[in-house]
Amino acid sequence: MLSRRKLAQEIPLYVMLAPAIVLVLVYAYAPMVGIVMAFQRVLPGRGIFGSPWVGLDNFAFILRMPNILQVLWNTIRIAGLKAVAGVIVPVTVALMLNNVTSQTFKRTVQTIIYLPHFLSWVILAGIFIDILSPSEGVVNHLLGLVGIPPIFFLGSDKVFPWTMVGTDVWKSFGFGAIVYLAALTDIDPTLYEAAVMDGASRWQQTWHVTLPGISGTIIMLSTLSLGNILNAGFDQIFNLYSPLVYRTGDIIDTLVYRIGIVNYQYGVATAVGLFKSVVSLLLIGIAYKLAAKWADYRIF
Amino acid sequence: MNEKIVKLPFFENLANLAVLALLGLLCAFPIVHTLALSFSSASAAASGRVTIWPVEFTTQAYRFVLENPAFIKSFGVSMLRVLVGVPVNMILTILVAYPLSRSKTEFQARDFFAWFFLITVLFSGGLIPWYMVIRQTGLIDKFWALIIPGALPVFNVILLANSFRSIPKELEEAAAMDGAGHWTILLRVLLPLSLPILATLTLFVAVAHWNAWFDGLILMNSPDKYPLQSYLQTVVINPDPRMLTERDLALLQLISNRTTRAAQIFIAMVPILLVYPFLQRYFTTGIKLGSVKG
Repeated sequence: MLSRRKLAQEIPLYVMLAPAIVLVLVYAYAPMVGIVMAFQRVLPGRGIFGSPWVGLDNFAFILRMPNILQVLWNTIRIAGLKAVAGVIVPVTVALMLNNVTSQTFKRTVQTIIYLPHFLSWVILAGIFIDILSPSEGVVNHLLGLVGIPPIFFLGSDKVFPWTMVGTDVWKSFGFGAIVYLAALTDIDPTLYEAAVMDGASRWQQTWHVTLPGISGTIIMLSTLSLGNILNAGFDQIFNLYSPLVYRTGDIIDTLVYRIGIVNYQYGVATAVGLFKSVVSLLLIGIAYKLAAKWADYRIF
Repeated sequence: MNEKIVKLPFFENLANLAVLALLGLLCAFPIVHTLALSFSSASAAASGRVTIWPVEFTTQAYRFVLENPAFIKSFGVSMLRVLVGVPVNMILTILVAYPLSRSKTEFQARDFFAWFFLITVLFSGGLIPWYMVIRQTGLIDKFWALIIPGALPVFNVILLANSFRSIPKELEEAAAMDGAGHWTILLRVLLPLSLPILATLTLFVAVAHWNAWFDGLILMNSPDKYPLQSYLQTVVINPDPRMLTERDLALLQLISNRTTRAAQIFIAMVPILLVYPFLQRYFTTGIKLGSVKG
């Protein structure tokens, strides 16, 4: 029921929203309209409205690209491995931290392990490129001391995806552990007391009380990461990859960057981007449905 | 709370602590190594003698970096970006979070607008259309390109709206009885009660602005307009001769020298390290609020 009096009362709310509405229309919705470029041969200077329509030519072009399936597989593989490691490692660390009795020790470890979360991939790439270098990097230097031959962490296409997973875990496990640790504090203390009454050891407590207590959070976060299966981490890979590792390291986002920004093939790049957006949207939809069902998660 | 009830057996406890300490070292090592490298002599760095302590201590790398006008310039751009971008982000976040935190009786179109903003998180036009719109709106090569397109952090809006909703209704109703309108309720009732989450979100957007590099890289044509992280990307990570000035080209040898690279990386980290204690303090608040269900 829209009554005029009510609308008058709502005017301040519209005033508050107005700047953001304009902003979002221009910088979020207008680009969605720009998706029509996926069906055009975009000519420089002619823009969206002057370029000729080419139907599905851009998509046909993509399907004929020799490396397209490889890139899709690289993306899913790297993102999938990151998602799995991104649950196991933080949960384990959170459970380990939860078993520490010294508050000082616990706080010190926490402080150190979640610092990397706040550093950009540009900074971290600068660090990793240096320490992982086969010739002068300190990591290979240390490996050499125990007789391990130099590993080409960033230069070998066999090793590269694992380097991505490893460095991503390095950056984010501390943050993840804190999230799970926060969920741990919500566990009802009487459950622990009951377990003690039943003679449970500390590990049994961890296994039967703590882990089930955060399983909701685990399910929720793992399910939601499904929506990210086509996001293998542009910031990280863009700053660490090279043509040497395109075979296993090139992902959808880096491909779009090279097609669109480097080679100016706007139509093709938009088409690849559209494919990614649509698939991601479907996966996010499924993920939210599952998260709502399994973990009672609601975003609003 | 439960720590006193049962402890781990002695050796298991020791193993637990040892693994955690190792993880801590693993996280700290690359950063400490970079710091050590930045204060070492170029020859010590080149011969691989530096691990966690400076070898042949020198501040030469820092002097070189701080005398490089391009580096200083980009540091300034980044600072300005944080100083301008954070207030813009926060004001817009607050202005959107308030209407979305109202009930449907108070704001009939609430659900429509909630979806209006949420959709932009779920679906986007992709890189190229985004770039084209920014170009069409005349922002290419302008400082405001770093501020305006990303001025509304929708995820933060959700957090703040959820937080507003968790404040007892009675407080607002009492204010409304006294004749307070929406603006008064927002400014006098909700905001003063939301200082911890506002602090958290402020820190998060400040870090995000400081760390952003991609927009600077593709939206700025001239490197002298780059924020620091974009500058580092082109000079340290991926030296691209086309994007460097003549002076940079002449100095490329020196700039890409290991110790100088380490010094530049470390300087870019300093602001994060400075706000880190505050980030930590409000961190748990932020996480808890993130998991609040509506």
